[in-house]
Amino acid sequence: MKGFAGFVSGKISAAVLTIFVIICANFVIFRVVPGDPVRLLFGDPRAGRHRIAEMRERFGLTGTLWEQFVAYLNRLFLHGDLGFSFVYRVPVLEVILDRVPQTLLLIVTALAIAVVLGTTLGAIAGWKTGTKFDSIIVTVSLGFYSIPTFILGIILMMIFAFGLGLFPIGGMDTIGAGYTGWAYVGDVAWHMFLPCGAIVIWYIGEYVILTRSAMQDVLDQDYITSARAKGIKESTILRRHALRNAILPVVTLTGMNLAFAVAGIIEAETVFRWPGVGRLVYDSVMSRDYPVLQGLFLIFAVVVVLANLVVDLIYGYIDPRIKVGGGQ
Amino acid sequence: MSGLLKGLQGVGKFLKLLLTSRMGRVGIVIFAIFAFIAIFAPYLRTVDPMRFGVPGNQLMPPNAEFWFGTDRLGRDIWSQTLYGTRVALIVGFTAAATTVSIGTLVGLIAGYFGGKLEELLMRIVDFFLMLPYLPLMIVFSAILGPSIRNIILVISIVYWPYTARVIRSQVLSLKERAFVEASRSVGASDRLLIFGEIMPNVVPLMFAQAVLMVTWAIYAEAVLSFLGLGDPTTVSWGWIVNRAFASGVIRDFLWWVIPPITCICATILAFTFLGTAVSDIMKPGYREARGL
Repeated sequence: MKGFAGFVSGKISAAVLTIFVIICANFVIFRVVPGDPVRLLFGDPRAGRHRIAEMRERFGLTGTLWEQFVAYLNRLFLHGDLGFSFVYRVPVLEVILDRVPQTLLLIVTALAIAVVLGTTLGAIAGWKTGTKFDSIIVTVSLGFYSIPTFILGIILMMIFAFGLGLFPIGGMDTIGAGYTGWAYVGDVAWHMFLPCGAIVIWYIGEYVILTRSAMQDVLDQDYITSARAKGIKESTILRRHALRNAILPVVTLTGMNLAFAVAGIIEAETVFRWPGVGRLVYDSVMSRDYPVLQGLFLIFAVVVVLANLVVDLIYGYIDPRIKVGGGQ
Repeated sequence: MSGLLKGLQGVGKFLKLLLTSRMGRVGIVIFAIFAFIAIFAPYLRTVDPMRFGVPGNQLMPPNAEFWFGTDRLGRDIWSQTLYGTRVALIVGFTAAATTVSIGTLVGLIAGYFGGKLEELLMRIVDFFLMLPYLPLMIVFSAILGPSIRNIILVISIVYWPYTARVIRSQVLSLKERAFVEASRSVGASDRLLIFGEIMPNVVPLMFAQAVLMVTWAIYAEAVLSFLGLGDPTTVSWGWIVNRAFASGVIRDFLWWVIPPITCICATILAFTFLGTAVSDIMKPGYREARGL
């Protein structure tokens, strides 16, 4: 177990270092550009000198670079202060936290559906490698997987919202309907269907392709042959023996691909005006709200690093080779 | 001259091999169509894609004069779509070239020299790979300002580590091989070993990476333009979609978005198919199985 402790502390210190570098980079990126950051951040050339001085103070742009850096770290670590939104006129953290629950609802639902459907389809495709079913599944997955999420979203919108009128074109609830209780839950689910669908379709492709190849690897193993020799039913072998072992790389994928999921969230939320952090990215770009954009980048990066860390640790815990190897 | 000839023969052989795969054929045909459109866009267009229409010409459905209809400012969507092809391919190829060049150079140096230098370079690579790429590109584009050149720059900054990592692991196994040892033993310099002995052997891998990077770059340009970070003075497919969405009226004017999104999907699929075909034909045993 000593080896495992070393493995854990190594992973954690690497993650902490990465996050610290991200925090520094976040400070540097917005200051290395030529010209006055205040002018860049607040754009308006008509702003008076007095106003600029006031802005400088408020956004921590006074003193030398080093003083600014220290002040930046101070605010961030001691007060959890990510800056002040230019558009919303409230702390950035507040703006972002306001949007987090909606995004979590969307991504967790999408991920759950995609994992279940994707691994099932992928497992069947891998089980029946070379059949017509397999080749159709693989081609369709590859196709869906390579189409950008925002385009999948637009296509879904054209078919199901404009064409068939089955779902709303955007938002999270019917404005002014005043639903409460289960009616409200139903309303949100109805609004969530298309953005969720866009993310699911894109994700499924990835899970199918990965589970399929993991399945093919597993099927070559001796224990599958011996299970077959024992006369165990094929469907039982598939569920009990093969899928269970093929699932490990799928677990890793879920964490690793959070970086890609962030892109999917930004695109789907933008298309469907879903009021989460992804849509906030688009809104901040459009209104040039750089402090919010900066805060969002920091939060996305930290979340992705932490998710990777968790997956690494789980994987290290599950996979006996890491424990043994680390102990030597 | 003979080197050039040999190179051309190599490319010809490779293309022939690519055409044996069905995905390769489909990919090449779609790509050829778009390459044709990109080159001859000025001759195929009906009007200047950015010229505002006369009053009354706004939001016209497809008709004899405006084949794909017009946008909210009366601009011709057919001509815009043609010119969007140019941007997609220029960004795709330029960004892929810079990405693969930087990535290969870093991968070669890290893999060949090893030690502290490798550790440092791979730390940087891992750091970039860890970051969510779209927010990173958005932040860089927002700071650098919207232009085609900056989009290419942003894509290269964000994507090169992917290539570097792949090339490095290949170099690690190549540098232990006998032919490298042989050259080293007769006193070849590091530069000659890296670029003369090892690099020719990673060319197929570079090519596969280039195809992948073209795909990613076309995607990146489309999504950045869609999010409003594209060059506002240049027509691109993502930009058309962005304009359509920002207008708030696409429900009734679907012809506005259908051409650009069809083109984005078609190019990305073409390069995805090509990428799959390339990695297929590079697998050992592919030629033998087909008697080539």
